[in-house]
Amino acid sequence: MTKVKDERSERLRQYMDECREKEHSESQLIAILHKAQEIYGYLPREVMDEIAHYMNIPTAHIWGVATFYHYFNLEPVGKYIVSVCMGTACYVKGAGKVLETLKKELGVEVGQTTEDKMFTLQEARCLGACGLAPVIMVNEKIHGDLDAERTAELIKEYRNRGG
Amino acid sequence: MKTINITVNNRDYKVEKGQTIMQALDGLGFKIPRLCYHPKLSIEGACRVCIVEVEGMRNFVASCSHPVEEGMDIKTNTGDLRQARRDIVELILDNHPEDCHTCERDGICELQRLAYAMGIRKRHFEGEKKHYEKDLSSPAVIRDPDKCILCGRCVRMCEEVQKVNALRYAHRGFNTVVMPAYNMPFSESVCTSCGQCINVCPTASFVEKNYTQELFEKLNDDKLVKVVQVAPSVRAAIGEAFGFPPGKAMEGEMAAALRRLGFDHVFDTQFAADLTIMEEANEFLERVQGKGKLPMITSCSSAWMKCLEQFYPDLIENVSTCKSPMSMMGSMLKTYFADKQGLSPENIFSVAVMCCTAKKYEAQRPELRVEGMDPTDLVVTTREVAWMIKSSGIDFYNIKPEQFDAPLGVSSGAGAIFGVTGGVMEAAIRTAYELYTGETLLDIELKDIRGFKSVKEGSITMDGKEIRVAVAHGLGNAAELLDIVRKDPDRYHFIEIMGCPGGCIGGGGQPYAGSNSIPLDEDVLKKRAEALYGLDRNRTIRRSHENRDVQRLYKEFLGRPLGSAAHKYLHTHYAPKEPRGIIPELSKSR
Repeated sequence: MTKVKDERSERLRQYMDECREKEHSESQLIAILHKAQEIYGYLPREVMDEIAHYMNIPTAHIWGVATFYHYFNLEPVGKYIVSVCMGTACYVKGAGKVLETLKKELGVEVGQTTEDKMFTLQEARCLGACGLAPVIMVNEKIHGDLDAERTAELIKEYRNRGG
Repeated sequence: MKTINITVNNRDYKVEKGQTIMQALDGLGFKIPRLCYHPKLSIEGACRVCIVEVEGMRNFVASCSHPVEEGMDIKTNTGDLRQARRDIVELILDNHPEDCHTCERDGICELQRLAYAMGIRKRHFEGEKKHYEKDLSSPAVIRDPDKCILCGRCVRMCEEVQKVNALRYAHRGFNTVVMPAYNMPFSESVCTSCGQCINVCPTASFVEKNYTQELFEKLNDDKLVKVVQVAPSVRAAIGEAFGFPPGKAMEGEMAAALRRLGFDHVFDTQFAADLTIMEEANEFLERVQGKGKLPMITSCSSAWMKCLEQFYPDLIENVSTCKSPMSMMGSMLKTYFADKQGLSPENIFSVAVMCCTAKKYEAQRPELRVEGMDPTDLVVTTREVAWMIKSSGIDFYNIKPEQFDAPLGVSSGAGAIFGVTGGVMEAAIRTAYELYTGETLLDIELKDIRGFKSVKEGSITMDGKEIRVAVAHGLGNAAELLDIVRKDPDRYHFIEIMGCPGGCIGGGGQPYAGSNSIPLDEDVLKKRAEALYGLDRNRTIRRSHENRDVQRLYKEFLGRPLGSAAHKYLHTHYAPKEPRGIIPELSKSR
């Protein structure tokens, strides 16, 4: 296990210290993984090892939880995470076309990251913005009422903003 | 005992309160079909095979997880139920390779038996099948996710009984796979090679790494001198693979069958067990006299060895430096025996028949080499050797017992009980007592440390000095005991740990449970243990140090116990290993 004593691991340590104070600290795992992903952008193996030892939770168990939820990234992600809503409303209103356009524009499949590390393409189930269907979310921001053309434009905009 | 009234298939019964429906029905002579259930593991309710109909309930009820209640009206065998159970098993089969006749568990597979019992004669469903690569990285255990039906017994065994936590479900839905952390190769995971996942797996998703073909080739190689040793527990269980009831000790039959398989010399690991006791008892007494750390912990179990290095690096100095009996025997084969026979050690092919999968791992540990040679060239399990005997047309059922060969084939009763939990300790005390006090221990059956309690304690007084001992079987129980040792290091002087439930008799390489039994059934384990205790009782020599051939070995070759030759050939060392294992303080277990 590589022990990198940097600012990021200190932050995670602090958070885990708080969790260890709580009752049933082993049940804080999902919260800790969220924190780790917030800090690192994804869940590196060394970080999961660190959590395992610090929280006294078997590594295989952490791996089981991390792979169960789509939210957790096991590989580094791009600067912009593009989540395409495939919920019922969006699906009916043409989310499929939006997704196809994104795949073509970005040159990646769902779950992959572009070579320039700018975009990661993901699918999501209902982002709670059905009134704007079909929607995508880029990092924290929702973009609605999309079609193939507007999707392509949107990507161009983000690309122009640069890394 | 509080009883309640229930109706089963229109008949009234009284049953004990507080049970599950399945337990209540088991007591009434019903045996509801089941798959993911195992009495030693927590209840998962994953497979739904054990459903029953309960009047007033909208859906069928999984009998393994539902409590039986007053006035319940249960049906176990209606047309709808039979259809539903059949559909459930058929759907499991649908995502399972259709290769039964080439599968290692053909004829000894729980899923196959269940499909037959459910009356599946026709396949109605056809859908997508998963496909993953087999994990062949471990020298001991093979993982084949294609055959996995996600019953989770292996996960629970590894987590609850062994507390190794090498396995978990990963991913979700159709993509769910049982795997080690990071889907890393098994050989790089915390897996201790104990093989208990194999014992509880209902299919061939976990099997031992099979070396039978390689062994057949070597047996046909005329340039080699083929030498074999047999572990105590193999003789206590191999009969089960041939339809004998559990508990038949088949010592002479083993020797005879191995000779017919083509081995030139048939030796007994029990001889090496006596040798181990000579070293271990002396090592213990040295430690008692202040040379080395106490408590001393035994080192015979290979799964425990790997567990120690990954989970308990802080206790390495407490563990005896003695090699296991298998490796001691191997070391003697390639030195003492080779000399005696005028053979070049390279021409000796050293085979071990073991009740254990972890011995396959042990055999390739570089620390154990003598003069650059592996003491053991190949390890086969009880299951593998049973198959070889059948496959070679040897009539094991009727074969006449024969003796093991000299000079490494004669053993004391103490060597025989090495295979059962508490046995190594008992054997060591028989010898240590005499060495320490100069008097013979008369009452040699140490009842306190026999039996299947999770952690057993005992004590013996030697020349006024009280020696406190403890015994744990199964790595989960060991964790419990070692936790005590970490907190209170002075509580015990001597500790025995065996990696498997019941000791080697419950090893990961023992015959699969038959159709009327369950894996690791305690009654079966008791009978296997009794077979070994019986061998002990029937020996005239029951103390390792009285074994004449062991005495001769010291006189002719080794010098004295713990002497320089003994150290060179019979002792080893351990070192901390990555990945570090984690034993959660709070873990599910029943």
